[in-house]
Amino acid sequence: MAASFGDAGQFDPALFDGCEAVVTRTIENQRVAPAPMETRAAAAAWGKDPGKDPGKDGRLTAWIPNQGAQGTRAVMASMLGIDPALVRIITPDVGGAFGAKFGADPEHGLVCWVARQLGRPARWAETRAENMVAMTHGRAQRQTITIGGRRDGTVLAYRLEILQDSGAYPKFGAILPSLTILMTPGPYAFPRAEAAAVSVVTNTTPVGAYRGAGRPEATAAVERAIDLFAAEIGMDPADVRRKNLLPAFTEPHTTAFGAVYDSGDYTTALDRALAAAGYQDLREEQAKRRANGGAVQLGIGLASYVEITGGGSEAGRPQENATVEVHPDGSATILTGTSPHGQGHSTVWAMLASEELGIPVGKITVKWGDTDLIPQGGGTGGSRSLQQGGAAVQQASQELLEEARQRAAGELEANAADLVFDVGSSAFTVAGDPDASVPLARLAETERLFVRSVFSAPGATFPFGAHVAVVEVDTETGKVVLRRMVTVDDAGTLVNPLLAEGQRHGGIAQGAAQAFLEEVVYDADGNPLTTTFADYPFLSATEVPSFELADMATPTTYNPLGAKGIGEAGTIGATPAVQNAVVDAVSHLGVRHIDMPTSPQRVWRALNESRDAR
Amino acid sequence: MKVRLTVNGQDRSDDVEPRLLLVHYLRQHLGLRAANVGCDTTSCGACTVLLNGKSVKSCTVLTVQATGQDVTTAEGLAAEGDLHPVQRAFRAEHGLQCGFCTPGMVMAATGLLAENPHPTEKEVRAGLEGNFCRCTGYHNIVRAVLTAADAMASPSRADSGSPAIPTSTESAQ
Repeated sequence: MAASFGDAGQFDPALFDGCEAVVTRTIENQRVAPAPMETRAAAAAWGKDPGKDPGKDGRLTAWIPNQGAQGTRAVMASMLGIDPALVRIITPDVGGAFGAKFGADPEHGLVCWVARQLGRPARWAETRAENMVAMTHGRAQRQTITIGGRRDGTVLAYRLEILQDSGAYPKFGAILPSLTILMTPGPYAFPRAEAAAVSVVTNTTPVGAYRGAGRPEATAAVERAIDLFAAEIGMDPADVRRKNLLPAFTEPHTTAFGAVYDSGDYTTALDRALAAAGYQDLREEQAKRRANGGAVQLGIGLASYVEITGGGSEAGRPQENATVEVHPDGSATILTGTSPHGQGHSTVWAMLASEELGIPVGKITVKWGDTDLIPQGGGTGGSRSLQQGGAAVQQASQELLEEARQRAAGELEANAADLVFDVGSSAFTVAGDPDASVPLARLAETERLFVRSVFSAPGATFPFGAHVAVVEVDTETGKVVLRRMVTVDDAGTLVNPLLAEGQRHGGIAQGAAQAFLEEVVYDADGNPLTTTFADYPFLSATEVPSFELADMATPTTYNPLGAKGIGEAGTIGATPAVQNAVVDAVSHLGVRHIDMPTSPQRVWRALNESRDAR
Repeated sequence: MKVRLTVNGQDRSDDVEPRLLLVHYLRQHLGLRAANVGCDTTSCGACTVLLNGKSVKSCTVLTVQATGQDVTTAEGLAAEGDLHPVQRAFRAEHGLQCGFCTPGMVMAATGLLAENPHPTEKEVRAGLEGNFCRCTGYHNIVRAVLTAADAMASPSRADSGSPAIPTSTESAQ
């Protein structure tokens, strides 16, 4: 079984004509496990009031910790063959998801089915060993990259061919290459580029979305290609990047692959990252160590990236809903269609409403993840939540103020246009008459004061950045130690910098871990060999440094917040930066490439092969 | 088998199967669900509790081994509603995201600071090596432990460690 995206048979045989140097290489973007700390789980009960009187029929209530109750309800109803109105999904606290907890899995369906058969509540939580083989995996692409250009560093042509391992029972993984192809040229102005992919079924765990889903693979391919090209022509990889990055733009830029980048300034991002890292000093330190010929060599790796966040569905433009209600006691409630699991939506949604309504953050309750309370919603994934869900909260708050203004006009017997809303006191005042005033909360006394609003974005946004990784590689043992990660991750305007930094930290760690540690391994017969945390090299605190984050914020015009997505950016830049750093550490010994994960064995072998070849 | 132990200051006496793991005793018999089970191999540390003040992975301790001993879980760390300085620091420094590893991480950090009240960053990282987190990249966890060490060294500064900006309530639930 196979599916194709693009057609390698239609590749232009003259694509690399006129190139003074051409490099080609087949590289692995290995299969990894999302491995959230909480494995999958579910509880289910049937009946009108399943908490008190569970039965065999009536309505289903299912508690499923995942990334979106509403999408889960649709899948669950179809799995059980019942009307979605008979399904209530509740999302309790979620112990991490990373793209791998979207919708309902067959196991979730089974729990609900068992509860109906028994007429009793049922619950299930998988073990880690089950999770490592039964939760979808991520990445799993074999890529052939070819890059060519002039010896002055100008890239003229780039080609990407993808073989996607979908695992058994194709799921989202089978269409991952379409996202990879969309992002083929990344932040570069290549005059010619082409890409094609084939997805194949294998006797392994199905591949699904994993933090970045398709975009990290595109970035890893092109960033490795740039470094291979730089090595071929003997030029500094930073200079090759500078020479080929798209110039800064504020009007949308459409790529040859149909992606519409909303705004970007890739060169500034790279320069800031290099400056923050002290790039020249690092190169000098590297030269010293090479001259001394010691066992432990220094590697400096770069990655420039652009990625897509908050994309729409085939059904239409990206959108999300929010309901904001002000209560007579001066508190407020927000209902959101997003589904946080550590990102901090409660904090940020409350901040956004508070800024409009003057209600203290501590008096605002944010609710999500109950399909009876919030029937519609896109959940959380693809770094969409703030730019759509947050924007919806702001929009609903503003619309609520307009509704309140009409009520205040009646209350104060004044013209609505003459009313001023004072955020500090959360009250309307008649302009020029500070004594004529009515608090917002009082306007909710006679009639409920709430607004449900749908925010619709004109399209996806494209965060970007640059990462610098510094590693030490022991040339005798092959051991890689990650010394520094310096990153610029431009996600537009930040609403809460602390939370945004947290997203970057986590992403950087996960991306770096793919580069030098993680890999799902099967033996030749298809037996899984990495089914526990004793076998799967999960990143620990000793294997990463504290991260150095440099600021940059280029707002988007696609939402009033100016915000782009930040959830996946770290993952996307870090993987190729670390891999490039490891190769860079031993490039003077003739090594041009080491596949991920750059384990001691792989590094050691690459060094030996290089020595034998010389 | 009869066991008699102290959990969060309360004397407990139960008849349990000899094979019952301490984490299952805490979660299923006592309803104390702060300690989580994140793996099958004593790798992840989500189940970390204090046994006589030392951090242990409660998935690798039999309940009967805890007989006559003093167990503290994250539920028992806060004194009468006041958060422990380690908990306060995790909150102030955004040292958690999804929260699943957090109870174990807080207990491991508490045990670490009891042994080494003034750790370096490197010592904090080494001390937490047995506790996995998938969300934070450990950056803010390490910062939180260093902040907690400072606060515990000079208690007057602990109060000023309260968050300057609102912290997430969803993660703390």
